[in-house]
Amino acid sequence: MRIGVDVGGTNTDAVVMHGGQVVAAIKSPTTEDVGSGIVQAVREVLVQASVAASAITSVMIGTTQFTNAIVERKRLVEVGIIRLALPATTSLPPLVDWPADLVEKIGRNVVMAHGGYEYDGREISALRQDEIIAAARRFNRAGIRSVAISSVFAPMNQNMEKRAADMLRAEIPGVAVTMSSNIGRIGMVERENAAVMNASLMELSKRVVGAFRTALKEIGVTAPFFISQNDGTLMTSDFVETYPVLTFASGPTNSMRGAAFLTQFKDAIVVDIGGTTTDVGVLSQGFPRESSVAVDVGGVKTNFRMPDILSIGLGGGSLVRDDGARIGPDSVGFELPKYGKVFGGDTLTTTDLAVASGAARIGNPALVAELSSSVVARGMERIHLMLEEAIDRVKTTSADMKVVLVGGGGVLVTRKLKGASEVILPKHAGVANAIGAAIAQVGGEVDRVFSYEGQGRELALDGAKREAADRAIAAGADPASVTILEVEEVPLAYLPGGAVRVRVKAVGNLAGHGAD
Amino acid sequence: MDITLDRLHDLARGAAFLGTGGGGDPYIGRLMLQQQLSGGGRVRLIDPSELDDDALVVPVANMGAPTVLVERFPNGPSAVQAVRKMERLLGRKVDALMPIEAGGVNCTLPLVVGSLMNLPVVDADGMGRAFPELQMTTFSIYGVAGSPVVIHDEHGNDVVVSAVDDKTSEWLARVVCMRMGGKAEITLYPMSGRDAKTKSVPYTVSLALQIGGVLGAARSTKSDPFAALDGFFRAARPPRCFKVLFDGKVTDLWRETTRGFAVGHLVLGTLDGTGTPMDIDFQNEYLSARIGELYVATTPDLICILDRETAEPITTEGLRYGQRVKVVGVGVPPVMRTPEALAVWGPRVFGVERDYIPIEQMGD
Repeated sequence: MRIGVDVGGTNTDAVVMHGGQVVAAIKSPTTEDVGSGIVQAVREVLVQASVAASAITSVMIGTTQFTNAIVERKRLVEVGIIRLALPATTSLPPLVDWPADLVEKIGRNVVMAHGGYEYDGREISALRQDEIIAAARRFNRAGIRSVAISSVFAPMNQNMEKRAADMLRAEIPGVAVTMSSNIGRIGMVERENAAVMNASLMELSKRVVGAFRTALKEIGVTAPFFISQNDGTLMTSDFVETYPVLTFASGPTNSMRGAAFLTQFKDAIVVDIGGTTTDVGVLSQGFPRESSVAVDVGGVKTNFRMPDILSIGLGGGSLVRDDGARIGPDSVGFELPKYGKVFGGDTLTTTDLAVASGAARIGNPALVAELSSSVVARGMERIHLMLEEAIDRVKTTSADMKVVLVGGGGVLVTRKLKGASEVILPKHAGVANAIGAAIAQVGGEVDRVFSYEGQGRELALDGAKREAADRAIAAGADPASVTILEVEEVPLAYLPGGAVRVRVKAVGNLAGHGAD
Repeated sequence: MDITLDRLHDLARGAAFLGTGGGGDPYIGRLMLQQQLSGGGRVRLIDPSELDDDALVVPVANMGAPTVLVERFPNGPSAVQAVRKMERLLGRKVDALMPIEAGGVNCTLPLVVGSLMNLPVVDADGMGRAFPELQMTTFSIYGVAGSPVVIHDEHGNDVVVSAVDDKTSEWLARVVCMRMGGKAEITLYPMSGRDAKTKSVPYTVSLALQIGGVLGAARSTKSDPFAALDGFFRAARPPRCFKVLFDGKVTDLWRETTRGFAVGHLVLGTLDGTGTPMDIDFQNEYLSARIGELYVATTPDLICILDRETAEPITTEGLRYGQRVKVVGVGVPPVMRTPEALAVWGPRVFGVERDYIPIEQMGD
């Protein structure tokens, strides 16, 4: 039996699954320390399922904590940024297309230094120790403890980023360094963006992953735990601690896969209303529609493989202002039970509107009884208009489509939505993300330099694909469900013998736990 | 007309379409122009007819492999230095700039340079799209000499190539470009206003704006972008053939940066895995498309790979395993299909051993 947990900005959901069956499901508030919320949710769900902690074989956690931090510009640390490239790339410096409010949070501590590689492996310029040390001292004086380094053509040669990282570590004790080569592919702007976002999350990632670890220990779950990645596969907790950015979009992936599992629909629009944001995506032939172009996260361009999701600042904890005319984008998040009016607080949220309108029974309805009915009506109408606009924006044809509501905020929808042929709220819709995490796919990866000269490309690639598939199967994937998700080749022109860095990723459903 | 910030998305998207896979990441071109214009810069796009016959017009471009450009961006100031060098070589001031190709980054780079130098940019180009090599221009085909070619890099190096013909210019300049790191800023084909009017493909920057506008409008009205493109090219004067050549996904992809180009091969399978796959070869740009042994489009006609739902153009360096795409073909104007022109950019030039057949007469 396995546990799927979804740690959202507002709620922590947990499900116990046995094969393809949902045995028990519960929703409980996310806590500020994250950990006690998990403890409570997992304890409750184990009780509900009448299962002992020792009977759990694995735990899969999905979390939107890191995406939310970027979107809300909260809980981020100031980042030092070093690009190894001079005299090249000056036309587009780091942070070039970033929203101003996000830059304000992470600071503009940008150092353009000499270094970087040409496409053929030569150095653009030599790395200069004096520049890196000067940058380190500047960062140190500013109290910066997290630095992102990006060098031109780093995916082809990591060496210069590594050397600069070592220099930084020698100069700033305890500094966390994110190297772009460990995160992204070819494409300087997007890879560097991902590295900078990752660096800004370093404090939060230690806290959150540490909280996961302690919480499970406290409950007595000794099974290994994994965290969902953007492509719907799982990562180990140590890896996430260092590369939290790789969890981006795992929330939407989980909710869409969860929605597909719950409805068995092949084509539909999935609207996941959480506490802080609503993610709208499209199920196409049973899979989340992927974006084929670069995707924005919180207004920043990335080139991760992600579902094509539109995220808007609307959730169950969104603030209501201007007598209902303005909703969000900020949210009280997990502090809804503290600040929401129905819970005795003094902040008007969308949940209060839903309760006042009679659509939901949460907290104490008497506490919103005196709300003006015109404010409630205006606010509820605004919520529906926001959703309709989002649905319209993700559609690529004007024909009406089925709309599946998932997430805790489904109660906000009280009437038919324009653009929807029907609106479906499936059983367990509120915990679709946790279900998506629990049915997460397992991946197998190969990332190695191959020589094409002797064996030829075809044979080398076939071998790499087979190896990736074998690794997925070894990790627990059902052999019949294994498919090749990604093949990427970076020719290393500076090495002899037709050397190519080959990255292959294979994925499959957990054996016996298939989504279909 | 002034190119303004609100038109940049349309321009970049349309330039990516005309780039037929090459010409460099349009996002980078847009960002560079956005930086320039939001910093208070202005740039004026002029009708070729506004040029004096004896004006000095100089095309300016970034030369190199698109796979390099996404790591090492084009550089405006380096291009300005290349133009200055050309002025010193010719002993007179440049009156207007022009794109050498309307596709990709080279559609927007002249606008950045025009803004930096306070020079107008002519609404025309030498390729009517993007092509991988310097001699592949109507300028060259109809008698303007490419030399001198000024090649300039960010370190401050420059090399001037004066060659006996334009193919030799390309041959020599490419080596310099590779030594400079696989990308360099260049100026070449200095010409009179008269030549700029008569030996170019006119109105191609505004064509990029229009195509981008059609795609943007289809997206905002939720109408089928492929039908919108079909309607647009049908209504063009003269009408241009538009065909959807394939609907499927990327099943195999090989690309490498070699001889100074992004060279590669792409296989697309149908979505349900049945039927014959499509093969596409590229050298910076998509050059030929065939289904089995049957060619359905070759140069100089446009072969574009678009996201199968949003019709966002996908460049060769943006291609990924598993992407779902549609391949479309667009016919080019008669000036690009003369025997002289086909000798420079017809299929045989790229190793496809067959005569050029206009796309409207192919396949089916």
